[in-house]
Amino acid sequence: MIPAAFEYLRASSADDAFAQLQRLGSDARVLAGGQSLIPAMRFRLARPAVLVDINSVAELNYIKMNGALTLGAIARDSDVERAPWIGERGWSLIHDVSRVVADPVVRQMGTVVGSLCHNDPSGDWPAVALAMRAEMVVRGKSGERTVPIDQFLVDSFTTAVAEGEMALAARFPVPDDRTAGSYQKVERKVGDYATAAAAVQLSLNADGTVREAGIALSSAGPCAVRIDEAEALLKGQQPTADLIRAAADAAVKKSEPQADLRGSIEYKKNLAGVLVSRGLRLALARLGVQS
Amino acid sequence: MKVSIKVNGVQYEKEVEPRTLLAYFLREDCGLTGTHIGCDTSSCGCCVVVMDGDRAVKSCTMFAAQADGHEITTVEGLAQGGALHPLQQAFWDQHGLQCGYCTPGMLMTSFVLLKHKPNPTEAEVREELAGNLCRCTGYNNIVKAVRQAAETLQAAPATK
Repeated sequence: MIPAAFEYLRASSADDAFAQLQRLGSDARVLAGGQSLIPAMRFRLARPAVLVDINSVAELNYIKMNGALTLGAIARDSDVERAPWIGERGWSLIHDVSRVVADPVVRQMGTVVGSLCHNDPSGDWPAVALAMRAEMVVRGKSGERTVPIDQFLVDSFTTAVAEGEMALAARFPVPDDRTAGSYQKVERKVGDYATAAAAVQLSLNADGTVREAGIALSSAGPCAVRIDEAEALLKGQQPTADLIRAAADAAVKKSEPQADLRGSIEYKKNLAGVLVSRGLRLALARLGVQS
Repeated sequence: MKVSIKVNGVQYEKEVEPRTLLAYFLREDCGLTGTHIGCDTSSCGCCVVVMDGDRAVKSCTMFAAQADGHEITTVEGLAQGGALHPLQQAFWDQHGLQCGYCTPGMLMTSFVLLKHKPNPTEAEVREELAGNLCRCTGYNNIVKAVRQAAETLQAAPATK
């Protein structure tokens, strides 16, 4: 259970970290919170030759509201959980997820950007980022670029961050005052992977119709998945019970879970629909709408 | 590589392999075996220590190299001058342990909880300890102990 030997480099700045990654290419991995990477190294599922530790890089340790909620590469889950705005309705999806990622101690090291870069099919943040239409800031050879989350999450454990590149931040759009969300996760015990989970974000127009819906699932296939059919069904409509049921059905259809000790495929698909339905109802309730 | 880590107020300068985990550094290089290794896979919380006074971390899921230049508090650092820390006293009073294997992690996680939330509700204590497993007590007495310690610490703010 001891990781394979590696070389340890402590980055002194974001520039330094990037320069090391450019020099080392595929030999190096960024070490942020390490709460997924270190266990993977201990099981020898990951054997990076070099770790570039960014934990001391103060310029990457921030949570800012600058046109978007911007989380630097080493903003911890627990920092988000304790943020002063976390109780505001517009951030309710982030509120919900920040309390169920891994366990409370793991959250004091684990980072949001790291979780997105890890892109575990059972991770919580990828589904939330999809539902909120987040963007990632990635530094590459030709400078910084912003990558929409749909393009960032490529496949299981694979993102748009190429060899020698580095994710600097995640940006979540600031919700308007008619927006609320919900994160629904069923897990056997705290710290286990989700049996199924659904992230929902709803913005309403003044007349109560849906201006925009964001709906995504975790633990429902090789990668977090956007339920675009459900989003399209809701857009422009009054969110009636029938529509919520149709959105849940679309989630069941698109969910492609694997059978394991947590449940059968049939059970997990059904659960995905139930969680989308619950998430939509809670988001609407938070907006003062009965459904 | 060389690391310099202050543990319970004592500076340790040691030569370690980069892959040395903090839990093993504390136990084997510092001789501080109060930090236990349970699951060794970041699931059980036995190995929780406090980093820089306000962050509970699983020391089996962190390299000693990452603690270089930082301050670590282990269970050995709780008692002051032979007097048990209010958390330790409360675990004693409330029977918050049987075998004691999980206790160091329970104490250190609770220590940080009380820094951030000096007067947690029962539900908040249960939530915060969700990453620490105990197979003996059924948790009830642990939760009671943390709440007793919260009261003691609030009544005597001069105590650590």
